[in-house]
Amino acid sequence: MARSLPTDSVGIVTPEKLHFDQPLALDCGRSLPAHDLVYETYGTLNASRSNAILICHALSGDHHAAGYHSAEDRKPGWWDKCIGPGKAIDTNRFFVVCPNNIGGCKGSTGPASINPETGRYYGPDFPVVTVRDWVRSQARLADALGIEQWAAVAGGSLGGMQVMQWAIDYSERVRHALVIAAAPRLSAQNIAFNEIARQAIMSDPDFRDGYYLEHNVSPRRGLALARMLGHVTYLSEASMRAKFGRDLREGKLSFGYDVEFEVESYLRYQGHSFVDRFDANTYLLMTKALDYFDPAQDTNGDLAAAFRDSHSRFLVLSFSSDWRFAPARSREIVKALMDADRRVTYAEISSSLGHDDFLMPIPDYVRILGTYLDRVAREVGAHD
Amino acid sequence: MTEYALRPDLAMIARWIRPGSRVLDLGCGDGTLLRHLRDTREVTGYGLEIDADNIVRCIESDVNVIRMDLDRGLDAFATDSFDYVVLTQALQVVQRPDFLLEEMLRIGRESIVTFPNFGHWQCRLQLGLRGHMPVTPSLPDEWYDTPNIHLCTVRDFERLCAQKNLHILARNVVDRHHRSNFWMRSMPNLLGQVALYSLKRNGAPRAGENAAT
Repeated sequence: MARSLPTDSVGIVTPEKLHFDQPLALDCGRSLPAHDLVYETYGTLNASRSNAILICHALSGDHHAAGYHSAEDRKPGWWDKCIGPGKAIDTNRFFVVCPNNIGGCKGSTGPASINPETGRYYGPDFPVVTVRDWVRSQARLADALGIEQWAAVAGGSLGGMQVMQWAIDYSERVRHALVIAAAPRLSAQNIAFNEIARQAIMSDPDFRDGYYLEHNVSPRRGLALARMLGHVTYLSEASMRAKFGRDLREGKLSFGYDVEFEVESYLRYQGHSFVDRFDANTYLLMTKALDYFDPAQDTNGDLAAAFRDSHSRFLVLSFSSDWRFAPARSREIVKALMDADRRVTYAEISSSLGHDDFLMPIPDYVRILGTYLDRVAREVGAHD
Repeated sequence: MTEYALRPDLAMIARWIRPGSRVLDLGCGDGTLLRHLRDTREVTGYGLEIDADNIVRCIESDVNVIRMDLDRGLDAFATDSFDYVVLTQALQVVQRPDFLLEEMLRIGRESIVTFPNFGHWQCRLQLGLRGHMPVTPSLPDEWYDTPNIHLCTVRDFERLCAQKNLHILARNVVDRHHRSNFWMRSMPNLLGQVALYSLKRNGAPRAGENAAT
């Protein structure tokens, strides 16, 4: 039964798809001969094409950042709390573009796509793409949309890493870089969690060396485990305690290994609901892109040197309860920007949920993001 | 050029700062000083601030603001990375004013510090004659709820500067309306309500000067 959508929603949105038939050179040395890029847009591009904002998604995200695909949709896009008419990223003023990255599994060319050269699924033969590759493909999307310069490029977590790469590789095309809940590169602990997730997937008997689609199977248990592990890193200890405590589903111990605690039930639900909407090879690829990300690799590890020639202005935000990419990691980014004498504003938002707080409408967060973008709107002549 | 009237103490500070400098403003509030310096003296730099409302106002004014607690230290800033480090009316609220002062003069070639003078006659009168902790128009808090945990007098501050081998480049004292007069300048510790200092390390070059000169 159709219901009315919230008034501050962008409403029903339809993804669009662009086909690129020029080869895309990749960091790994290989190239994609042709590829599709699926994206959504919200709001209207103004006559001077100055009011566009690019949204970069994180590990399990996609192009569906806001609104609903149908009136029956239970949930809106992943960043709907911040994108919409009158929201922090105000679609009354900005033209918002969100693509699904290559290597993804929601319509852009990725491991679950058919390789035109073989007529079979790419599967594990899909090249390992990097954050820089994504940015390169997003720049082509900007060209195709006729956007010479983004008013802002914004993203959280792995999305924030793409923002930094944009501000380094194409700074003349990025007025403002909004880097949220990110890190300048992964720590050993971050990589360790990614490796456990990959091992969970690859050791599933149904993984079949990555060729599971050809065998009509799916490493569901492995992917669910990877997602469960990821979820633990997205939440703070305090928020898990508040949400689940040690509550027992049946009210008493059963002295067995079935689900007993509420937190177990929650994680299993998160794991199992994920496998129906996500491709295991994409998950592997996304974690590798995270591990490899290091914008300072060309400057001998000197992040300030990497930022020195950037013309972009930066807003860096972190969340106090985030331990996956803790505020100290954002402060590393801010320090590098200040050492490079770049223009930067930084705020640590008091929060409780953990890494996932960047998706939440925390009042201080919304106010700071909204105020910053108000100013950007004035600067680029984006009007209601 | 901006058309707003700048608070007189901030105007005094602004006159101590050379055009085109790089400034770090510790506890920058709503960013008024940095905005003024940017608009009138082509100054670049950052403000450090802890309060969310002030951060929002800095963003509105297009001032680069970094949310940071001064008590957590300034290790993030490299030695000699700024021309000036400014601290207005916040020396008395930090855990260790002496460490902060050292840090300011490590990071900046020069430092500008302002603080409420506890040696003002009203304070002396209330403590000396009436026997209670002073509550004055410029220090309106009670002893139990004041953020001012390290109050000092003009004399105390200058003694600390001597101990730390700091050179006082300039001093000014004003009343709480940021006005000054001959009597205040003659008896700063008795008549000044707010003290303003411009400092550098002894033997070190000034902001904008070459180390070799």
